[in-house]
Amino acid sequence: MTRDEIRDEILDILGDIAPDEDLSQLDDSQSFREQMELDSMDFLDIVMELRKRHRVQIPEDDYVNLASMDSTCTYLEPLMKDTAKA
Amino acid sequence: MVYDTIIIGAGMSGLAAGIRLAMYDQRVCVLEKHTTIGGLNSFYRLRRRDYDVGLHALTNITPKGTRKGPLARLLRQLRFSWDDFQISPQIGSQVVFPGRTLGFDNNPALLEAEVVREFPAQADNYRRFVAAIADYDDLTDEHQQLSARQVVSSYLTEPVLVEMLFCPLMFYGSAREHDMDWGQFCIMFRSIFLEGLGRPHAGVRLILKNLVKKFRGMGGELRLRAGVDRLHVENGRVTGVVLDSGDVLEAKRVLSSAGWVETMRLCDDGTPVEVAGSAQRSAGRLSFCETISTLDVDPKQMGYDRTITFFNDHERFDWTVPAEPCDLRSGVICSPNNFDYATALDDGRGGRGTMRITVLANHDYWHGLDEAAYPIEKLRWFDRINAAGVRFTPDYRSRIIDTDMFTPTTITRFTGHDNGAVYGAPEKQLDGATHLENLFVCGTDQGFVGIVGSIVSGIGMANLHCLKE
Repeated sequence: MTRDEIRDEILDILGDIAPDEDLSQLDDSQSFREQMELDSMDFLDIVMELRKRHRVQIPEDDYVNLASMDSTCTYLEPLMKDTAKA
Repeated sequence: MVYDTIIIGAGMSGLAAGIRLAMYDQRVCVLEKHTTIGGLNSFYRLRRRDYDVGLHALTNITPKGTRKGPLARLLRQLRFSWDDFQISPQIGSQVVFPGRTLGFDNNPALLEAEVVREFPAQADNYRRFVAAIADYDDLTDEHQQLSARQVVSSYLTEPVLVEMLFCPLMFYGSAREHDMDWGQFCIMFRSIFLEGLGRPHAGVRLILKNLVKKFRGMGGELRLRAGVDRLHVENGRVTGVVLDSGDVLEAKRVLSSAGWVETMRLCDDGTPVEVAGSAQRSAGRLSFCETISTLDVDPKQMGYDRTITFFNDHERFDWTVPAEPCDLRSGVICSPNNFDYATALDDGRGGRGTMRITVLANHDYWHGLDEAAYPIEKLRWFDRINAAGVRFTPDYRSRIIDTDMFTPTTITRFTGHDNGAVYGAPEKQLDGATHLENLFVCGTDQGFVGIVGSIVSGIGMANLHCLKE
């Protein structure tokens, strides 16, 4: 998957987690926590969704990389470069 | 076949946990002893009328679009939209003590104004007190085990005001008698006074049906009339779940919402259920009687629009097991009609209003009655409870067209909880762990009570113990 495809996938996951949220205004450089009030349970879901959808395993120590859209894409790009787009 | 997780109990916590696990492709089975779902928050039909069990209102009601707080968290975790629960906010509630009334609704400014009106000298103290509660962090606060009575009294120096604030919070979820932990107090205060109360037009069945539909839609299995006879234990692990039918199910882990003592009793390794002389692990003792009166008129037409009236007819509020069969000095009067619905409640059979009165009850008294005496005592106390309630409402008794009542015996029969305990054990097992490495607890004995609290408990324990493997 390309960086843009990964971004779309994360947006899709966020849309699942928070169906009432307007994601079109998301600032990629700002943390999800601040913009969407996501908590640790929600970050667990981003990890679980990636595992379920793409078999990507993210160790607990790496959760910090999922802070914002930019940092998430940067972290996932090498891990998902061979992942086929669903 | 081996399940990933078996969940005991199809109440709010068990179903919520089930959704979390089924969502991530676990093979999960929820076992329910009873013929229907819900546990302590259920519903039934009697003489072609629908009733809720227990539910007066949902707490923690924050408006659509709110991102913080338990309601927003559980909607995200279970993938529900705010609209799925169709919650209408309360019209307004009150706490009534001799000569004093505090009104409140889902805007905390009303309660503040009411406190200032009744207790002008406490105005600044009250604002400092609410600020402390808003700042309270339940994960880091080192004072969470402190006596709430001590902490509250250090802010508010008018004893009647302290009692008036404790009364609704204790009725809505204190398993501990006389007092609460400061942490629990803050959580309850926020969920009732700073967030608010609401109810779906269709009642609790709407929420339960949503949970079951989602659970089954994700591939979860729900078995009714599937009571657990025992948990077979070998080498510190549950290795089999033996049903009343004799069938044995296997699972990698078991999550039980049956209650702490009740779950320990299921283990066949001879675990001591209670430590002698210790209150730590005993089941809760607080139970209730509730009368339900169906009226031929909407209470608003009798001039009564309060959603909930918490009453207490003397200055001190006593939160303990009464010596009498029921404590008629205080109680909760709830009218499910008095929420801000788009259409009025009407059961189509002449029932247009409902008044429910809940009072503390003595389990041992009700449990000890023989078959002949029980229905007679129920009738006698139905009248007494209603008489106690109408001191605080218009006298609706001539408008009653149908009635029902539950006692602690009813609660034990339908939920399996010892002593008819509604709010579980006074000491919670907050981490959900047990002496067995693959047995965990959720529900009223793990964490918080009420609908939102029990759903959050199921989600939390599923996430913590069952999901990360």
